[in-house]
Amino acid sequence: MSVDKANVAKIASLARISMDDAALERMVPELNGILQWVEQLGEVDVTGIEPMAAVIPNTLRLRDDVVDADPLTGGGRRDDVLANAPAAEHGFFGVPKVIE
Amino acid sequence: MTDLTQFGVKDIRDGVRDGSFTAREVAESFNAVVADAAALNAFIVTTPDHAIAAADKVDAARAAGETLGAMAGVPIGMKDLFATHGVQTTAASHILEGFIPRYESTVSQKLWDAGAGMLGKLNLDQFAMGSSNETSHFGNVASPWRKSGSNQPMSPGGSSGGSSSAVAARIAPAATGTDTGGSIRQPAAFTGICGIKPTYGRCSRWGIVAFASSLDQAGSMARSVEDCAIMLGAMSGFDPKDSTSLQMDVPDWEGALNADLRGKKVGIPREYRMEGTDQAILDSWEQGKAWLRDAGAEIVDVSLPHTKYALPAYYIVAPAEASSNLARYDGVRYGLRDLPDGSGLQDMYASTRAAGFGDEVKRRILIGTYVLSAGFYDAYYTQAQKVRALVARDFERAFQECDVILAPTTPTASFPLGENVDDPLAMYLNDVFAVPASLAGLPAMSVPATINAGLPLGLQLVGRPFDEQGVLNAGLAIQQRAGFKAVPEKWW
Repeated sequence: MSVDKANVAKIASLARISMDDAALERMVPELNGILQWVEQLGEVDVTGIEPMAAVIPNTLRLRDDVVDADPLTGGGRRDDVLANAPAAEHGFFGVPKVIE
Repeated sequence: MTDLTQFGVKDIRDGVRDGSFTAREVAESFNAVVADAAALNAFIVTTPDHAIAAADKVDAARAAGETLGAMAGVPIGMKDLFATHGVQTTAASHILEGFIPRYESTVSQKLWDAGAGMLGKLNLDQFAMGSSNETSHFGNVASPWRKSGSNQPMSPGGSSGGSSSAVAARIAPAATGTDTGGSIRQPAAFTGICGIKPTYGRCSRWGIVAFASSLDQAGSMARSVEDCAIMLGAMSGFDPKDSTSLQMDVPDWEGALNADLRGKKVGIPREYRMEGTDQAILDSWEQGKAWLRDAGAEIVDVSLPHTKYALPAYYIVAPAEASSNLARYDGVRYGLRDLPDGSGLQDMYASTRAAGFGDEVKRRILIGTYVLSAGFYDAYYTQAQKVRALVARDFERAFQECDVILAPTTPTASFPLGENVDDPLAMYLNDVFAVPASLAGLPAMSVPATINAGLPLGLQLVGRPFDEQGVLNAGLAIQQRAGFKAVPEKWW
């Protein structure tokens, strides 16, 4: 499979990265080079093989249902959470208007 | 007076413990050589006050007769992928420039608790995506090494290139690294130092800027196997804040180090004998076999049949996870915001990300978005995950016939900065020997073997899950026989 400029524009839009024409043109051969190279995976016989998501056997745990058990990840830290926001306003994240 | 910057982790820790010198003297010595090494561009920010404050605490604890931690008095470099409280954390990106965390990563906190101090935040490839440290928003890192008869600046490897450069140049006795597809081992090999990536889950990922979460694993980089063992011990351990953290005791790796390999079998994977591998690398591999045989090990041939598919599988899995992880950089909660006049929320996202990410990061986000998109998901992503399962199964079978695997770390020695930047695929091939162990989550280490044409070459050891000890022991056997003592000539 290969991509053209329109495909790349679509992918860039899905990824929320604005790209001008020149950037799209540049990206087309780069992505195609990589995609052609990964295509060799199609040669591998994967009959009966489960896709692997977790490499090391581990079990997902539930933590105790305790409020603020770990103060680092608990609540009540609004100012810390907002400290690095580009536009914190009145205790909230500020964003441009999203409704007309 | 002794030049304290020539000491590694163990010598500093022992010297501070027995009162040969103070932690403060060590911190001051390293702060001075860090300040003098701007030409390497290894650090994004330096934190001399942090190093001094930690040292003073250790000296006070010693004076009070308290027991000192495993890293007491050792000032280290911290890869700028670890969130550090009150100190800028950028992942070498523009999008996180100026981000000052209000929390500390688990791994860095453990190191401070063990008595280490921080010399500064080390440069890296942007979001740890790269193999030469040429994708940082804060400029290339130069290796302290140069090819015989040349003044060309050489790559320190990547993504932990600031870490490898600083440790090799002796401006830090040790540094943290992270390894997603070779980012500890390849830079360690390029710069003549040791670097170990433990079993996936040993070190908490909490507070490490995420790249590919099923692969990311922190580890230690230092100039000896012993130093790596000490530091890795301080970094490891269960963390309830990381859902993939291993709920297992951390063994005393340093205490159990043993280079006697009698009764051990070392596997040589025949598929690692690839076209395009330097003759000098193949020669060092032969030498490595002889060293391990001399240490008492039996050398056996093993097969890892899916080796050639590991790298393309990685370049689907890692970008897919990255495209998802990096969706958080939206100009709302932290980091850069680019808001052109009159634009709405969607435009703000797109222009923030266009301005904040470098080319390699964008390339990988786009690849990841594509392979996860409707219609292509099964052909690319599911297929890659299946191939990943086969790569892991290859190792499982090989470890029925051997205890540890010996292979080259990289197909070539370091290359000049700028040589591979226009060819992403050529750059990716740097990690061809490193990526399989990452996909399988296995502990793996690079140890310096020899020098060729002025540049160091490394050998790689890969172990069974949770068997960091086996990897370290074989690494120690190589270290004792290789006698790697070369030091880069100071030009910076």
